[in-house]
This record gives sequence, C-alpha cells and structure tokens, in this order.
Amino acid sequence: MHGYVSDEIAGKAYDSRLMRRLLQYLAPYKIQVVFSLLLLLLISLLQLVGPYLTKIAIDRYISHGISSGLNRIALLFFFVLLVAFILRFLQTYIMEWVGQRIMHDLRMNIFSHMQQLPLSFFDQNPVGRLMTRVTTDVQVLNELFSSGVVTIFGDIFTLAGIILVLFIMNWKLSLVTLSVVPLLFYATLLFRKKVRSSFRLIRKRIARINAFLQENISGMWVVQLFSQEAKKFRQFAHINWQYCQAYLKTIFYYALFFPAVEFISALAIAMIIWYGGSQVLGATLSLGALVAFIQYAERFFYPIRDLSEKYNILQSAMAASERIFNILDLAVDESYQQVPRQLPPLKGKVEFRNVWFAYQGEEWVLEDISFTVNKGEKVAIVGATGAGKTSIINLLTRFYQKNRGRILIDGIDIEELDAGWLRSQIGLIMQDVFLFSGSVEENLRLGNLELGQARLEELSRYVHLDQFISQFPRGYQTDVRERGSILSAGQKQLLAFARALARNPQLLILDEATSNIDPQTELLIQEALLKLMDGRTSIIIAHRLSTIQNADKIIVIHKGKIREMGTHEELLAQKQIYYMLYQIQYKDQQRPAPLPLATGNPSTNPASEKRKKKEDLK
Amino acid sequence: MILKELSPLFSYLSKHKKGIAVGCVWLILTNCFVLSLPWVLKYAIDGLKGGINSRALSFYASLILAVSLVAGVFRFLMRRGLIGISRKIEYDLRNDFFRHLQRLSPSYFNRTPTGDLMSRATNDLDAVRMLLGPGLLNLFNTIIISITAVSLMIYIDPWLSLYSLIPLPFLSLIINRMGKELYWRFERVQAHYSRLSAQVQENFAGIRVVKAYGQESDQIKRFRRSNLEFVSKNMSLVKIWGFFLPLMLLFSGMGMLIVLWLGGKAVIVNRITLGEFVAFNGYLIMLVWPITALGWVLNLFQRGATSMGRISQILQQKPDISNASHPIRVTSLRGEIELRNVIFAYEENSEPVLKGISLKIPPGSTLAIVGPTGSGKSTLVNLIPRLYDPTGGSLLIDGTDIRRIPLKILRRHIGYVPQEGFLFSDTIRENIALGKISFKEDEVMAAASASQILEDINHFPRKFLTQTGERGITLSGGQKQRVGLARALIANPRILILDDPFSQVDTSTEEAIWKSIREKTAGSTKILVTHRISSVRDADRIIVLSGGKIVEEGTHKELLARKGTYAELYRKQLIRQELEEL
Repeated sequence: MHGYVSDEIAGKAYDSRLMRRLLQYLAPYKIQVVFSLLLLLLISLLQLVGPYLTKIAIDRYISHGISSGLNRIALLFFFVLLVAFILRFLQTYIMEWVGQRIMHDLRMNIFSHMQQLPLSFFDQNPVGRLMTRVTTDVQVLNELFSSGVVTIFGDIFTLAGIILVLFIMNWKLSLVTLSVVPLLFYATLLFRKKVRSSFRLIRKRIARINAFLQENISGMWVVQLFSQEAKKFRQFAHINWQYCQAYLKTIFYYALFFPAVEFISALAIAMIIWYGGSQVLGATLSLGALVAFIQYAERFFYPIRDLSEKYNILQSAMAASERIFNILDLAVDESYQQVPRQLPPLKGKVEFRNVWFAYQGEEWVLEDISFTVNKGEKVAIVGATGAGKTSIINLLTRFYQKNRGRILIDGIDIEELDAGWLRSQIGLIMQDVFLFSGSVEENLRLGNLELGQARLEELSRYVHLDQFISQFPRGYQTDVRERGSILSAGQKQLLAFARALARNPQLLILDEATSNIDPQTELLIQEALLKLMDGRTSIIIAHRLSTIQNADKIIVIHKGKIREMGTHEELLAQKQIYYMLYQIQYKDQQRPAPLPLATGNPSTNPASEKRKKKEDLK
Repeated sequence: MILKELSPLFSYLSKHKKGIAVGCVWLILTNCFVLSLPWVLKYAIDGLKGGINSRALSFYASLILAVSLVAGVFRFLMRRGLIGISRKIEYDLRNDFFRHLQRLSPSYFNRTPTGDLMSRATNDLDAVRMLLGPGLLNLFNTIIISITAVSLMIYIDPWLSLYSLIPLPFLSLIINRMGKELYWRFERVQAHYSRLSAQVQENFAGIRVVKAYGQESDQIKRFRRSNLEFVSKNMSLVKIWGFFLPLMLLFSGMGMLIVLWLGGKAVIVNRITLGEFVAFNGYLIMLVWPITALGWVLNLFQRGATSMGRISQILQQKPDISNASHPIRVTSLRGEIELRNVIFAYEENSEPVLKGISLKIPPGSTLAIVGPTGSGKSTLVNLIPRLYDPTGGSLLIDGTDIRRIPLKILRRHIGYVPQEGFLFSDTIRENIALGKISFKEDEVMAAASASQILEDINHFPRKFLTQTGERGITLSGGQKQRVGLARALIANPRILILDDPFSQVDTSTEEAIWKSIREKTAGSTKILVTHRISSVRDADRIIVLSGGKIVEEGTHKELLARKGTYAELYRKQLIRQELEEL
C-alpha cells in the first residue's frame, strides 16, 4: 500500500548517491557533453591569451616603440575574441539543449511512472503536491545540468590554465602570488559553513511562515469570530521577525565574505608589486610580465567566487532530486507487471467469493462478501452512504486489491488477468463524469482511433447525446472546456454512456449520479440506460427508483456486509433493511415533483465547496 | 508604468531614510577607495619604469593593502546596511499584508484560492525584496562607478576613453533589441509551462478514468508531444539568451583590445605613461561587471514592479465587512435576534440562497433549524456573527441593525460552533481558550468537561499542553467538534450558534453534551442547525428551511401534527436510526 509522500526531505547538501543517479541522465548525451567539455577547454585557453598578449605588447613593442607590432597584436586579439565568442555560444547552446533534453526525459520518466502507480497513491496525495514533482522540481534541476555541473569544469580549467601560465612565466613569483590561495580557500570554507547552517535556519523559518499563513487563511473566519486578529498578528509578526533575523545573519556573513575575497586579491596584487617589482628592478622579470601577472591574478578570483554560487544551485538541486527519486522509487501497481493473460472476449459472469477488504489495517470495509452475477443479468447494489458499495467497484476493476477471498470473472480469478485487458472489457461509468480537455469527439473516442465518425455519431444518437451536440456550432469538434463547461451534468452522463458504449463492453459497471438533473434530461438518461444495459451484465450502484425496479436482483449492503438479496418486490415484502432504505431514498422519487432530499451528508457551505473545487483545479 | 506600481514602496523606504542615506555614503566611500587602487598601480608601474628603490616598492604594496582594507570595511558596512534594510522592509510588508488579510471577510477567501494568496506573500514579496536589495544597490553602484570611472579615464586620456567606450552604446542597443525578443519568447515558454502543468493536473485528477479506459499509454503520448514542444520553445529562447553572456564578454574584450592597441600607441608617442595605460585597463575592467549586471538589474525591477502590483491588489482590497461609520455605543447584548425579509446570495447575479427570511428569536430561547442539504441553514446562521452580510433585508440584534454594532462587541457575545472544528497548530489549551485574553486553568477544564472532551484530553501525552496539527497529534472529527464547543462555551456567550456540531459524536455523548449546554448557558439565546431530529425536540421553536425559504415553523408537537415536511423528516430520521442499529 502506498502511503502519503511527504515533501520534507533530509536535506543534505551533497549526496553522492543522488548525484550518481542524476548523472545517469547525462549518459544518453555523452557525445554532446564531451564535446561541450572540449569547447570549455578551448574557451579557457582563449581566455588566457589576453593578458599574455598584453605582456608581449609591452615587452616587445611598447617598450621599444614599435607601433606596427601593436597592429598585429590587436588583429590577433580580435580573432581570439571572435572565436571565443562563437565557441561560448556553441557551448551554451549545446549544454542548454542537453539540459532541456534531460528535463524532458525526467518529466517523461516521472509521468510514465506515475501512470502505473496504484490508485491508493492518488487517493492519499493531493494532486497539487504531485504536480510539483513533474513541474517545479524538474525545473530546479535544469540549472544544475545547464549551468552547474559542466561549468564547474570550465572554472577548474581556467584556474589550472592560469596557474600553468604563471609558472611558465616566472615560477618564483607564481609561488609568491599563489601563496594567498590557501587563505582564500580557508575563507570560502568558513563562509560556506556559516552560511549553510543559517540557510537551514532560514528554510525552517520560511516553512513556519508558510504553514502559519496557510492555517490562518483557511481558519480566518475562526480568528475573526473570536476577535483574535491582534493575537494572531502578534504571533505572525514574531515568526516573521525570526525569519528576518535569520536573514540578517546571512547578510552579515555575505557582507563580510565579499570584501574579504577582495582584500585577499588585493593582497596578491600587493605581493606582485612588492616581490615582482623588485624582480623587475633586478631585471629578472620584464615589466610586461608583471602587468600580465596582475591581470591573471584578477581573473583568478572570479572562478573561485563562482564556485560558491554553484554551491547554492547544487543544494536546491539535491533537495528537488530527492523528492523526485522518492516518487520514482515507489513500486508500481503489481497488475502492470504481471505476464498478461488474455482471454477470448469476456462473457460477463462475475463472482465474489468470501471477499474481505480494508483500506487500512483491519478496518474492514467489506466483510465476507459473496454473490454471483450471471451473464446478461442486471444487478443493483443499494445501501446507505459508507456501506461499502464503491469498494466493490474498486475491487472488481482492480483499482484496489482485496485482502481475502476470490473475485472471479468467467470463472477465472481476476488477479490472474492482465489489469489493462480486464479494464478494456469493462464499461465503467462513474458518478462524476470526468472530461479531458479537448473536443467532444476526443472525449468520446478516448484514444480509440478505429472508431469511425459515422459510428461515433450513431452511438451519440443512440444515447440521445447527438441532439445536444448538433446544436453547437462546431459540433463534435467543440472544446468541452469552452467557457467553463458547455455540457450540463445530465449531458455529461449521456456522454459517459456513449463513451462506454463505444468499447462495446460485456460488463457494465455504473455508479449512478445523485446530482439534480432537469426532468427532461432525466427521462433521456433513463431511456439511454435501459438501452445500455440491454444484453450486458450490469452492476449498478443505484440511486434511481427506475433502475432498481428494472434490476433482476438487488444486493443490499449494510455496514460492509451483504444483508439482503432479491427482487424489488421480494425485498419490500421482507420489510427489513431494503424496505427502510426504500423509505428514505427512493420512495419520494415516485412523487411528481421530487423534493431534493439527500441521503444524510452533513450540509456544507456551497461557497466553500466551490472554493475547494477551484483549488483542486489550480 | 513601473514607477506607478512601485509608488507604494516609497512610504516603506522613507521609514528607513536615515539608514539608506548612511548606506549611500558608505557606497560612495567604497567606490572612492576601490577606484583609487588602479591609481596606486599607475604610480608603482611608472616608478618601476623610472627605477625606484625597493622601499618605495614596499610602500606602494602596503598602500594597496591599506586602501583595499578600508574599501572592504566600507563595503561591509554598505552591504550590511542596505541589504539589511531591504529585509526589514520585507518584514514590514509581510506584516501589513497579513494584517490586511485579517480584515477581509470570509466571502473574499471563498473567492480567492489560498495558494494564490500564499504565493503573493512569499514569491511576489521575494521579488519585491530583490528589487529593494540587490536591485537598488546595484543600480546605485553602477551609476556611481560609471560616472567616476569614466571621468578618471577621461582625465587620463579623453581620446582613448572615447574609442574604448565606443562599443558600449552598440552593446546597449543590441541588448535592448534582444531584450524585447527575449521577453516574448520567455512569455511563450511560460505559457506553455502552464499548459504542461494543466495537462499533468488533469491527468492526476482523472486518473481513475485514465486507468479504467486504459488510457495510460495514450496519455503518455500526449504528454510527450507537449513536453517536446516545451523543449523546442525553450530552445528558441536559448537561441537568443545564449548570445547574452558571450556578447557581453566580446564587447568588454573589444574595449580591452582598443586600449591595448590605441593605448599602446599612445604610450609609444608618450601621450600617456605605461602606468596610466595599466590603470586605464583597470578602470575598464571595473566597468564591465556593473554594466553587464545592468540587464539583470532591469529585469529585477520589471519583476519587482509586477509583483508589487500583485501585492497592492490585495492591499487595496476593501474589506466588505467592517465597522459602520457611526457605530452605536454598546458594551453588552441581550441576545434578541430578528431577521426581516433577509435575502442572501454568495455572488452577485447568482441565485439567492436565502429568499426572504423573517424571524424573531426572543432572548434566552432556543431555535432549531432543520431542512435538506443546501436549503440555506448554515448560510442563515453565518449572517448572525457577520461572517457574511445580507444582500437584502435587515438583521437586528436587540432591535439595532447588526451593522451598527461594533464588530468586536458583536462577536464577543456570540459563541459559534461550526460543523468542522477548526484547530490551530497550538496546544489544546490555547485552542480552547482562543477567545479569552486571560483565563484560569479551571475555566479551561470546566469548558472541556462540559463538552465531554476532558477524558479524551487526559489520555493525550501532555494533556492540555498537547500540540495539535502538523507537528502534533491529529484529533478525530468528533474530538475536533467537541474542542470547538469548549472554545465557544468558555467565553460564556449571550448567543450560542451550533451549526450541526455533533454529527460525528455518538448519540449518548451528544445527550450528555446537551445537558451541560443547557446548564451552562441557561439564559443565552441558542440557535441549532442539525440533521438529527432527536436533538431538536426540546427547542422552543423549530423552523424548516427548504430552497432558501421557511416552509414550516412551530414546536415539535405542532409540526408533527401538521404531517408536512418536518413530520416526513422526522419519520425518515427514525428509520435511519433504526437502520443504524441493525
């Protein structure tokens, strides 16, 4: 069973296990990555040319007053710049491409994987949270791939190149100049340590602000009812201030770090002036080389500063990838993994044998359920809210797995059947008809391309849907989401009928809608339903009197057990549970103008329900 | 446009006038010292060419150290000051944002998704903070460093400055051009991103249909298609964006090339010294970063302005329920309630939920409201503490229009127990004593005991100090309902509203609760909304709502005798109870 997937992660800054997994996504783009590294190497080399040309210019030409030599140097410099420009663009383009492809691959991986997760997973995790995995979290990784991993190599190349050139020019001065590097590393390490702990604090405190806001917005009416605005504001101001304080601390470290790096680089330049200067005086170093040394030293510090920026990218990428891999590591629904066993088209006999089922532990929702539905029979399942009716459907379609007993279709245990094939043989119509964005036709077809246009319209006529659709200017091509929703609840029902009918299923499972439908459409639905059930094994969670009256058999479920079974008349005569349910739920439907009486849900505020729906859509 | 959006920020900035002024002084001083470094270098190089002694050399070296040390101190003060102020403004803004939310009515929160408000309080606020902090800082920095560095360069050699700065106007022209195109392509990427998100959302929401109709592979195919399109939209953005940094580097390189080439020649003809040549180069390098950052800064301003606009939208939202301009002076209420032809609709032009309700509830009496789901029962009781105001008609308490009673006084006298107990992530004690500023321990105990929750609480690990919510224990629905009742009872209200509060409490507990409610609130007006007829029988009066209208009213006996809706409801209730026991 899949539980709730938390957003909270351990939050390590660097996790080699995660990193290795992430790098696997680079593997298909090896060639591009290697090429891009090569380009980076070239770019780093070209970056070294500038200061060296300055050295040559000063030593050979400026000092000796050769003006024509400068032209040549300038021309060479120009070409170097131009080539570097082109290579840089190429390198960026390739790496961005790789980054985008990897994100594409990741998104596909997560999405495909989630398609195969069991339904319990979706029932337990809010949609909004799951979406973040496919969207935001993947987006965070983009930076890691496009500008993180690879450019770190670029920085390292540049550093190595500078060190190499400095040593070639003058090894003694190089040693003196580079003597500040340990200092720089020490400062960076110290800074990182301090910043890391305060960033952890910041994250904790912003999470607290978010939780507080969330809670207070949804409970604002309670706060207002009890006139607690001032008290809650004080609490908010307090955690807000703590958050501010945590930041002020990092600001302190940042404000200290940047000047410190600048001071260290000034230290390097001072050493060059002092030691290199005396070498110039002693004629062991040229003036041009001294200038070049200063320019190289300035360039030396950029990549190091860059590296600490990259650290932040790395940190958020680690957190995002951990959340992603948590999803990818969830086991898929077993039914997707088994060897498909298909049968000749289903005949439609359904049998439950002593089935027990619980969503959690031993809290039985269904207890010892046994019944048989013969081919072509229409069976209505009735019971109060929460009696366990929907769970029967969930088991039969293999959305959930029973705990004990056996469920057989045409005499074969459904667990031996391929779930995809099984579902393809069933026409399932749920209470709330779900429409995918797209045209009416696409919603009818649902991927079934073999269905001809003529057959499609024939089906629609058959279930009385056609008369509504033909009124739309664009007919079957009308977008179902146009102006909110163009179809009424009743029309959606009819569409769901046509959709199910298109697959010509032998077994029909229907959870009748309870929503109020105008009497005219209601009649159409009843008529269409009769046609739909004709010649098919039908299992219906019934809310309509006409449906139960038409059923061959009624199964009464009460508190997870089958309590009564028989026809409408038989059960009424028994004057037991069915009789009572009939009094509460169905009897009123005989009246000409039925009073909309619900089965006993506590009333809810219609506006807040609307809001909930809106939020779900977000 | 940008300025208009940002104008609300001026009052926040002016609160920190002094700090900002001091920070600007540090900023200027920092730049003065930083800019003098190449000048020291110039003396050193020229000195080396002229053959100075090693003592002068160590003097220059220590001068460089001293100057950069002082510059560092100033930079530290500047960053800590200015960036710190941006964080403090963020703090002020977030407080104001929250304070304003507290003044908005439930109908506003019904209309507005929580996620949207949250993202304004976090993401948008962050964008505004970026503008105020790094945005303003870099803008000032760029302006000051450009002016001073360029004037120093001109001082060294006007012609050389002119030539080496020639690429800059071209650069800004190209950036401007590219910026627009970049903006459009970015918009397109964003638009597709939301489409991609919507697709994922749809798939997850409809996963049951996807699985039932074997649409998994078809959905994957569809997702792949728009995923690939997203890649190509992104790549079209990269085609421009990828030029940005290389182009910047090309242009700054060109500046250096010109200095090397023409500056070198100037040294040869003795127009400038070699030291000046090196210093000139240094200034040019100093200019590169701030000018490169200018594009980023502009982007920060754009985003900050948009975000500030989104925050202002909320801050300018007028609260639709607030104190009247001429409230009456009252300190206590008797608890007489009267509704005169009250009409209420959740949204303009939508069908009213209450269609003309007239009703008088004498102080100290008990009114029960029954009726089918959606008949307007909860809506009706929500009007009394002014969670909503009637769309038409009037509501009077003690003979005064409810809108003229100060909101605080009104709500202090009303105890409201909702269907679903709402708990804050706090201790149970704080949750019960929510409405009290000061309270005694035994008051909390008494309220808990009257609500039949005391025993449950005593079983919790830390009793009344047990945390609830995210980082604590989760209470069951029935427990939450009872905490909600205790919260209302502790305040000893004149008017007690119970909106179907015992739906998740078993019948025997409910009876005990009723007994203590009657004892504790003997003189209070009580209004009860319920599905359980059993708890209605003793009410002084019962009304039956259907479709937003009162269809029947009277006592239990009278209504039963009428054999109408109430009698039918009662009968069904009896059957349901019987069914429950089977």
